[in-house]
Amino acid sequence: MESRFESVQQVRDGLKQVNYLADDGIAGVVYLAQRLGKPILVEGPAGTGKTQLAKSVADMTGARLIRLQCYEGLDESKALYEWNYKKQLLRIQADKSSDSWSEVHDDIFSQEFLLTRPLLEAISSEDPVVLLIDEVDRVEIETEALLLEILSEYQVSIPELGTITAKQIPMVFLTSNNTRELSEALKRRCLFLHIDYPDMEREKEIVLTKVPDITQNLADQIARIVRSIRQLDLKKAPSVSETLDWARTLMLLGIEHIDAQEAKETLHILLKYQTDIAKAAKELSVDK
Amino acid sequence: MPVLDLMSGFIVELRNAGLPVSLTENLDAMEAVKEIPLEDRQAFKYALGATLVKSNSHWRAFETIFEVYFSLRGPEYNIVDGESDSPSELGRDEQDSQQPGEGRGQSGGMDGLTPEELAQMLMQALMNGDQAMMRALAKQAVQRFAGMEPGRPVGGTYYLYRTLRNLDLDNMLEKLMQANKDSAQQDLTKLEERLEKDEFESRIEQFKQEVEAEIRRKLVADRGAEAMAKTLRKPLPEDVDFMHASREEMQSLKKALQPLTRKLAAKLSRKRRHGRKGPLDFRNTVRHSLSYGGVPADPKFKYPRPAKPELMVVADISGSVAAFARFTLMLVYAIQGQFSKVRSFVFIDGLDEVTSYFKNTEDISEAIHRVNTEADVVWVDGHSDYGHAFEVFWEKYGKDINAKTTILLLGDARNNYHAAQSWVVKEMQKRGRHVYWLNPEPKSYWNTGDSIVGEYGTFTDGVYECRNLRQLEGFVEKLV
Repeated sequence: MESRFESVQQVRDGLKQVNYLADDGIAGVVYLAQRLGKPILVEGPAGTGKTQLAKSVADMTGARLIRLQCYEGLDESKALYEWNYKKQLLRIQADKSSDSWSEVHDDIFSQEFLLTRPLLEAISSEDPVVLLIDEVDRVEIETEALLLEILSEYQVSIPELGTITAKQIPMVFLTSNNTRELSEALKRRCLFLHIDYPDMEREKEIVLTKVPDITQNLADQIARIVRSIRQLDLKKAPSVSETLDWARTLMLLGIEHIDAQEAKETLHILLKYQTDIAKAAKELSVDK
Repeated sequence: MPVLDLMSGFIVELRNAGLPVSLTENLDAMEAVKEIPLEDRQAFKYALGATLVKSNSHWRAFETIFEVYFSLRGPEYNIVDGESDSPSELGRDEQDSQQPGEGRGQSGGMDGLTPEELAQMLMQALMNGDQAMMRALAKQAVQRFAGMEPGRPVGGTYYLYRTLRNLDLDNMLEKLMQANKDSAQQDLTKLEERLEKDEFESRIEQFKQEVEAEIRRKLVADRGAEAMAKTLRKPLPEDVDFMHASREEMQSLKKALQPLTRKLAAKLSRKRRHGRKGPLDFRNTVRHSLSYGGVPADPKFKYPRPAKPELMVVADISGSVAAFARFTLMLVYAIQGQFSKVRSFVFIDGLDEVTSYFKNTEDISEAIHRVNTEADVVWVDGHSDYGHAFEVFWEKYGKDINAKTTILLLGDARNNYHAAQSWVVKEMQKRGRHVYWLNPEPKSYWNTGDSIVGEYGTFTDGVYECRNLRQLEGFVEKLV
């Protein structure tokens, strides 16, 4: 068993050491998830560090990260396990003469012929793992059912082999961009965590930790401008990763203090729609 | 254990507010609470939130109820202090909220201040972003200005209004900006000024919330959590009635609309691609059989590609139903990729085509704004006249309706006793593919007074009640 977290503060400090700045909510839910042995469903706008959270937790606990990227058309054989047909065929053909039918039958449905996919791999792993099921809202609602058994019981049932139960309970993160409503059954099994855009103070901290050599002053200015821009009615508000890109750009250009002109010239890094850029430029009165 | 009692009341209230809390989630919450030290209020809140609330749009409702049930309690929050329960104290509270209440509660020596000094201190606190000071001031302000009386069944907004008015918070922003300008060494650039303004605005907002929370705490102490939760209960964004939404609710509706359209679009395109399998695709099957030595082991099917419908939206935008028309237009245009063509018309007693407003812009709300201000929809007096509007529609655009066209009629069909001209709807149905009528009024009001939705309804393929986002979403899904 891996060591258990002792307190919310410990989680927060630990995450900070791997350069992930968690707020109370994030640290609290991660702590609870491990204590209760429950998966976390992480939801929120794109680019706010949902996937990064799972990576950072893996980093912090020294666990291996196993990632299952979801997409439309994902099925059992890609997510759970698959029988290695070719190997089974070879096995049957290799010694046709000697073995009796029942022996071969038992033999070809054994661990040796099983190809493990991410979910099964996470369950059967000896060392501690963090399982990341990314963008779970992309699979069809029927495929979601595949996840239910593993999420509530931490086990996988294979008809030919029986049930494989987890040797240790992995930490499980599911991320969702909320392009569709997830099923009740899935939500019920998870702790829910909504990661929103950080407040100004935290964003500043994030900029300071992620962009080396940036001055306090510039980071502060960046955070404040981004906050003002997020308050506008935009098609796509700037995400944290875009804030960081912007900060790095300004560093590269050797800008110490943002004035209207520079803000206007670099706004396209923060915003991706022409109408949004025009609107922001106008609002911040930097278009002259 | 009192916490247990409180928890069950809390969960009942969550359910009353419309949040779906299942039994297992309830049990999870109990488990979670065990792991968290009760003193850590923030962690406690997130523990409950993570186990009980599974949708971000419900978070606000959860937060309000949490504040009510698990707010700090104690004698200092009683409206009238325990020590001085003389009737005169009560009377004084009522008649004059301006006078300083001496020696009540624990307000840390602020009682002796004059209102001017208090305002000065508030400005200082806002200027420096001093959180502790702001909290203390909020407490003091509520005690002084709100004029709360025990047992009086007024909502918290009344007290909030009184407190804020006395503090003159509306002019605070200007004063702060002025003071800031004076203290700065050099002139601020426009950008800096704007940033400062946003900063102050957010601080003032924070102070307002502080005041609100303080009032709520006092009310809870006075009336008990259940009663308080009941008065604070608000419908969830998807249940807000279009016709009676307040400005604030409109804002939250607008916010809720965006993820909704994204969700709908994703769902619809998925449905279009997958869904039923068609007949066997012989050519494709034979092609694939080659890799199995000519055995058709892997049958291929044709996927039907249903034609995208053409849509015509005809919306009444007179005052009573304007909000509804606006939301429907927004929703329709946000998912216009699902239709081969969308045309929109608006009317009051005259009718105008507004398709072009949406053509050249990416910004839907901008287009909606233009619809409301520029469209030529008044013919005689600016009172809804469905009959005339439909006649004009038929005359000008009737020929454009073909067998692929679906027509959406939006409105409450309150015709001000004009001629109905329902033959137009009948003709539409004959020529078009479907005609639907969406009515934002509750079903029980239909066909009362000057509403003639029944008369039009007989010629449509269905009349739907669309009072809130949930119903609207349900209908749009069905439409495609």
